[in-house]
Amino acid sequence: MTTNPSASVAQPHDTDTILRAILRDVLGLSDERVAELDADSGLFGHIPEFDSMAVAGLLTEVEDRCDILIEDDEVDGDMLETYGALLTFVNAKRAAG
Amino acid sequence: MLTTWRAPGGSEELAIRFGDDGGPRLLVLPAWFDESNKTRHFTVETMRLLAERGVASVLPDLPGCNESMAELTEQTFGSWREAAMAAAKHFECTHVLAMRAGVNISPDLPGFAYAPLAGKSVLRALLRARTLAAKEAGRPETTETLLQTGKVEGLELAGYYLGAAMVADLAEAVLAPSSLVPLDPGGQLLWLRAEPEHNPKQAAALADLIAKGMVA
Repeated sequence: MTTNPSASVAQPHDTDTILRAILRDVLGLSDERVAELDADSGLFGHIPEFDSMAVAGLLTEVEDRCDILIEDDEVDGDMLETYGALLTFVNAKRAAG
Repeated sequence: MLTTWRAPGGSEELAIRFGDDGGPRLLVLPAWFDESNKTRHFTVETMRLLAERGVASVLPDLPGCNESMAELTEQTFGSWREAAMAAAKHFECTHVLAMRAGVNISPDLPGFAYAPLAGKSVLRALLRARTLAAKEAGRPETTETLLQTGKVEGLELAGYYLGAAMVADLAEAVLAPSSLVPLDPGGQLLWLRAEPEHNPKQAAALADLIAKGMVA
């Protein structure tokens, strides 16, 4: 097990695609807007409609599509603050699972 | 359009009807809780488009939901299952369309499931929304504790007051093998939207799939 998910060869390559598709649906973004999301794009605390209910829906959908389980204590503001942080977290979960 | 029927618990409930009498009729079981709000416009629009395609349909309020005067806290999977059966009988439905978690209480009719969701997953998302909000507010709660309390005392989740029996039913409910045909009209997943929104193209795609399925 590596502690650096970006270095893991087991890292599934479609996490980025899945996450963008879910964010598109949660936030009602156009495909263009979704494609513009980068590692620094702000999410929780930056987009008003991205509230606790929306985050809960997003995480549950991520669990379903990536076949992972996200525990309560893993969910915090840091992991949800930017697109990059969320992507890194989900990739690490998938690599570990 | 708007009509009423009586649920087994005794409450008079509203239902929305579209289409002509005589032919096959679809019982539409709505999505649950917050998802119900987010998909209602889409659901009703799909029914209107079905009527244009010669398929009559009816969308009953489940007891405790929407305009219902019944107490949501008193509802269980059992009461909703009985209500769905009673509505199917009252409106002489030949088929069912279960939206999302509606699949958990679907009566024994042929039909369709739109993005079926287990009760367990409904509860998981609602509990997560509550623990996230609590964490943000600086008074953390755990899913585990909430669930234990909820099974004894009931629980308020996303503004819905669920009784202990409903919490317990949700916690146990996995997707059972079903004869309902799963339908995928494509497009965005409207129940995930932070703000309710409609998608006319998607409703038309779903109506096409159902209309085709009902004559098949």
